[in-house]
Amino acid sequence: MASLRDIKNRITSTKKTSQITKAMQMVSAAKMNKAEMNAKSFVPYMEKIQEVTASIALGSKDVSHPMLTSRPVKKTGYLVITSDRGLAGAYNSNVLRNVYQTIQKRHKSPDEYAIIAIGRVGRDFFRKRNMNVILDIVAVADQPAFAEIKDIASKTVGMFADETFDELYMYYSHYVSAIQQDVTEKKLLPLTDISSSKKLTSYEFEPSAEEILKVLLPQYAESLIYGALLDSKASEHAARMTAMQNATDNAKELINSLSLSYNRARQAAITQEITEIVGGAAALE
Amino acid sequence: MKTIKVSVVTPDGPVYESDVEMVSTKAQSGELGILPGHIPMVAPLQIGAVRLKNGGKTDFVAVSGGFLEVRPEQVTILAQSAEQADEIDVERAVRAKQRAEQRLNEQKRENIDFRRAELALQRAINRIEVSERKF
Repeated sequence: MASLRDIKNRITSTKKTSQITKAMQMVSAAKMNKAEMNAKSFVPYMEKIQEVTASIALGSKDVSHPMLTSRPVKKTGYLVITSDRGLAGAYNSNVLRNVYQTIQKRHKSPDEYAIIAIGRVGRDFFRKRNMNVILDIVAVADQPAFAEIKDIASKTVGMFADETFDELYMYYSHYVSAIQQDVTEKKLLPLTDISSSKKLTSYEFEPSAEEILKVLLPQYAESLIYGALLDSKASEHAARMTAMQNATDNAKELINSLSLSYNRARQAAITQEITEIVGGAAALE
Repeated sequence: MKTIKVSVVTPDGPVYESDVEMVSTKAQSGELGILPGHIPMVAPLQIGAVRLKNGGKTDFVAVSGGFLEVRPEQVTILAQSAEQADEIDVERAVRAKQRAEQRLNEQKRENIDFRRAELALQRAINRIEVSERKF
């Protein structure tokens, strides 16, 4: 049996760990709230840009733009959003497993796909497996501003335009609630499924519908990427919060069972001492 | 006087929301002034200032491109970044301007970085001018 001191040490160290996980849980909870608010303040922009894009793309039949039309697929792009750090439960592995399996199923050789990784965990995962990572960004802030992501978003959209790949899928964790996040696959480019719930308006175009689509569509695609990033940041903090909550609970349980065996060992030691004294006294008589 | 509702929205949230008498800005095809009751219209914008006239005073918002959507009772400006005149970080804009100028001097013409530096310079100059209200 472990000595009294060993058990005591374990209790202390577990207590310290649980303090850390508790603090991390609270930090994540605060960050999650903030991330949720960021996602909310992005909604008006997204709704508006979607409405206008839909009005133009669906409203006028005779406009065309490379980003709206499907072309034969020679290479597929995958944009994968993960976090930079672990300790977030199954947050990263869910996304990565999903992407990995899809790629294995769809493609035979690495020439058929390209990966754009946002987040260190995803980048390292694909690099280690020698998969074709063509673009990556790490250390995105917890509350990302659009300016931070603009560069990679416009490069990604640019790669579709110059035919580096012919379609682009986005993989990220969609934030449903604090306890539920779903891995989502979304086809980003070409923009074939534009729809709007609101009534379409017919606009005058200044100078022309084509000119406007040239500005509008890249901006729309970039904002979809930004929206997904905000969504997955909220998921990340929620996942980390849950993971840390579980860790804290486990630590508490462990401390309870350790204190029980500590008390038992202490009692055993006392009993033994008493027996020894009584035995000693009896021997003297 | 009749007014029209204006909102300037960026991915980071709304920047400006108010009722004004007239909106004037620089679209890619030239200067554009919008009064209440305008027909629905969409136009891409240049990097520049949006002037919003209300009563005697004029508000300035610096926008970096994006586009303008007009409806009879509402104008929406969607830009990837926008700041109101008094919220502009002038020091940062000045630094960005110097950086862009330096890069332009180093680079040879006709490459992508040159184009980007040029845009960065335009944005920086625009911010500085808007913050000084030089329009």
